[in-house]
Amino acid sequence: MSSVASTRSLPLRVSAFFHRHPAVRLALFLLPGLLWLGLLYLGSLGSLVLYSLWLLEEFTGLVVRRFTLSTFAQLAQPANYEIVLRTVGMAAAVSIACALLAFPISYYMARYASPRMKTFLYIWVIMPLWTSYLVRALAWRSVMAGEGLFMWAMERLGLDGVMRALLGAPVVGGPTLVQSKFSLFVVYVYLWLPYMILPVQAALERVPLSYLEASDDLGARPGTTFRRIVLPLAKPGLVAGSIFTFSLTLGDFILPQIFGTSEFYLGQMVYVQQGVAGNLPLAAVFTFVAMAVMLVYLAIAKRAGAFEAL
Amino acid sequence: MGGGVTSTQTPTERSAARIETGPGVAVRFEGVVKRFGDVVAVDGVDLEVREGEFFSMLGPSGSGKTTCLRLIAGFEAPTEGRVFLDGRDVTDLAPYERDVNTVFQDYALFPHMTVEENVEYGLKVKKVPKAERHRRVVEALEMVRLADLGDRKPSQLSGGQRQRVALARALVNRPKVLLLDEPLGALDLKLRQAMQIELKQIQQAVGLTFIYVTHDQEEALTMSDRLAVFNHGKVEQVGTPAEVYERPATAFVAGFVGTSNVLEGEVAERIAGSPAPFTIRPEKIHLAELDAPVRPDECTATGHVREVVYIGALTKYIVSLDGGGELVVFQQNLTTSSMEALQVRGRPVRLVWNRGNNRPVERAQGSEGSEDPEEGDA
Repeated sequence: MSSVASTRSLPLRVSAFFHRHPAVRLALFLLPGLLWLGLLYLGSLGSLVLYSLWLLEEFTGLVVRRFTLSTFAQLAQPANYEIVLRTVGMAAAVSIACALLAFPISYYMARYASPRMKTFLYIWVIMPLWTSYLVRALAWRSVMAGEGLFMWAMERLGLDGVMRALLGAPVVGGPTLVQSKFSLFVVYVYLWLPYMILPVQAALERVPLSYLEASDDLGARPGTTFRRIVLPLAKPGLVAGSIFTFSLTLGDFILPQIFGTSEFYLGQMVYVQQGVAGNLPLAAVFTFVAMAVMLVYLAIAKRAGAFEAL
Repeated sequence: MGGGVTSTQTPTERSAARIETGPGVAVRFEGVVKRFGDVVAVDGVDLEVREGEFFSMLGPSGSGKTTCLRLIAGFEAPTEGRVFLDGRDVTDLAPYERDVNTVFQDYALFPHMTVEENVEYGLKVKKVPKAERHRRVVEALEMVRLADLGDRKPSQLSGGQRQRVALARALVNRPKVLLLDEPLGALDLKLRQAMQIELKQIQQAVGLTFIYVTHDQEEALTMSDRLAVFNHGKVEQVGTPAEVYERPATAFVAGFVGTSNVLEGEVAERIAGSPAPFTIRPEKIHLAELDAPVRPDECTATGHVREVVYIGALTKYIVSLDGGGELVVFQQNLTTSSMEALQVRGRPVRLVWNRGNNRPVERAQGSEGSEDPEEGDA
C-alpha cells in the first residue's frame, strides 16, 4: 500500500487526500465566499449598527462615540418619517405595477412560447441590463422632456388633456413631466421590470400543465383555476421579484435626483447624510430603516404562505 | 371497430339508433378523428363503454389511447366525430362542464394544498356545503385507506400514497365516468400488483364506470371487464379479456396481447391445411419427442430449439420450424429444473397442439390490421 502511494505523482496524492477528507474539501470550497461575506458584509453591517447608535454633535459636526438611541429618535421628526413613508409608498406602487406588467409576459414565456420565442424573450428582457442604469435613466429624461417622445405620443393620441390633469393632480403631479412623481414611478417600473419577470417566469415554469388540467377536470372555471392554483404557485416568484423591486427602489438615490419633485427619498437621504452633511449616524439609521422594512415585508409574505409552494 | 363485439350494426344503422342508445352506455365515440398538425392521433374510432364496467384502452405508446381518454375528459376537442357522455353530446363542452374525473399519470396533486384540501377541491369549486364536503372527503380518504394522512402535503407521501390521493380526489366527486391514465405506471411491480387489486375492488364497491388506459397487457387482462386494443389510432378489437386473448381478431392483437405466434402462407398450409394466417398461443403447444404420436385432431410441426428462457414458473422455448417460421412455446416447470430446461437448447423437437386452438387472424400487421367500417363515410 505504502509503496504504491510513494510512487504516485503529487497531483494524484493531493486529489486522493481530498477524496478521503470531504470536510477539508468542503471547507476550502466555502472559504473564499465565507471570507467575503464575513469580513466585508458582516463587517460593514456591524459598523452600520455602531454608527446608528452613535450621535452627531450639532455644533462641532463630529461623531460622538457614545451609545444612544437619540439618532433613531430623529426618525420621529415629520421631515424624516415622511421620507420613509414616501419611499415605502413608491416602492410598493412600483412593485405592484411590476407584478401586474410582468405576470402576463412571464405566463406567456412559461406556458405558450416556443423554445425559440422563449430565447428571444429572455434576451429581450435581459438586454436592458447590459447597459448602464444611468444611461437608461438619462435616456428616459429626454423621452419625458417637455418636447420629448412621451408628450408627443400623448398629444398624437389626443391624451394631452389627460396628461395635464395628471400633472396637476396632488400626489403624482409636478410642474413638468420630468419633475413629477409619475415619471419617477414610470422609470422605476421600467428599470426593475426584468427583476420581476425572471423569478415569476421561473415559478410558473414549475407549474405543469397537468395541474391546470386537473383543476379544470375537477370542475373549476378558468378564473377559479387562476385564483386557486396558478396564483398560489406563482407567489414565491412574485415575492422574490418584489424583494428586488422593493429593495432596489428603497436603496436607489440617483433617480430622485433626475426625476420627480424636490422631495427626498430614502436612498437619497443616506447618500446626502453620509456625504455632504457628514452625518454618518443618521445615514446609518436610514439604512437600518430600509433593512427593517424589508424584514417586515418578508415576515408578512411568509405569514401569507408565500413560501409554502416552494 | 374491427371485430368489436358491440358493433353488430352498420355505421348508418348505428347513427339512426343514436337516440335510443341512451341508458346503459356511459361513453360513446362516433367516428372520432383527432389530428395534431399532420399527425393523426385518433383515426376514426367508434366505441361504446357500458355503464358500470371496468373498460381498458390497451395499446403501445402513440396508439391513440391516451388521446381518446383526453377527448373524453375534454382536454382535447376531436377534429371530426362526436363524443357522448351518458347519452348527451359533450363534444363542445369544456372539461369543467363534463361529469367525468381523471386520475393523471403524474397524479397532478396540488403541491400547495394538503391531502384533504386536494380531495376537497372538486367539491369546493362546485360549492358543495361545508358539512357535506367534509363528510365526503373523510369517506373518500377512508376508501383509499389514507384517513390519517389528511394533513400531510403531497410531497410528504410515497408514490403509492400519492396515487391513492389522486384516486380519492377524483372519486369524491362521484363522476359518471372515472378516467385513469396509466395511473400505476410509476409504481414498482409489487405495489402495482397490490394497487391493481385495490383499484378493482374500489371500482366494484362504488359501481362507477372506469376507463383505464394502459400499455401493460397483463394489467388490462387482469382488471378489465372489457378492453379495446389500440394501434395506429384505430381500435383493432373490443372484447372481454378472454375473447381478446383467446380469439385475437388481428395479427397485431395476437402479438400485443400475449406473444405473437402467427403462421401464414406455405408454413400455415403445411401445418393447418390453409395458407390463411392463424395464431396459436404458446401455452397451448406441447413440446414432444420427434417420434411422439400425433392424433388426427392435432397439428404438428418439427423444428429445433433455438433459444431457452427460464422464467421460474415457466420456461419459454423459441423453436425454429423446419418448414420455416418460428413458434414460441411455454411449458410449465412441473418437474423440470432450470438445468434440464436449458439443456434442451439446439435439440430437434416435435411441437403438438390441438387443432381447435388455431385462431384465424387478419393478415396484415399494423395500421391496415383493422377492418374499418368508417372508411366510407369518414
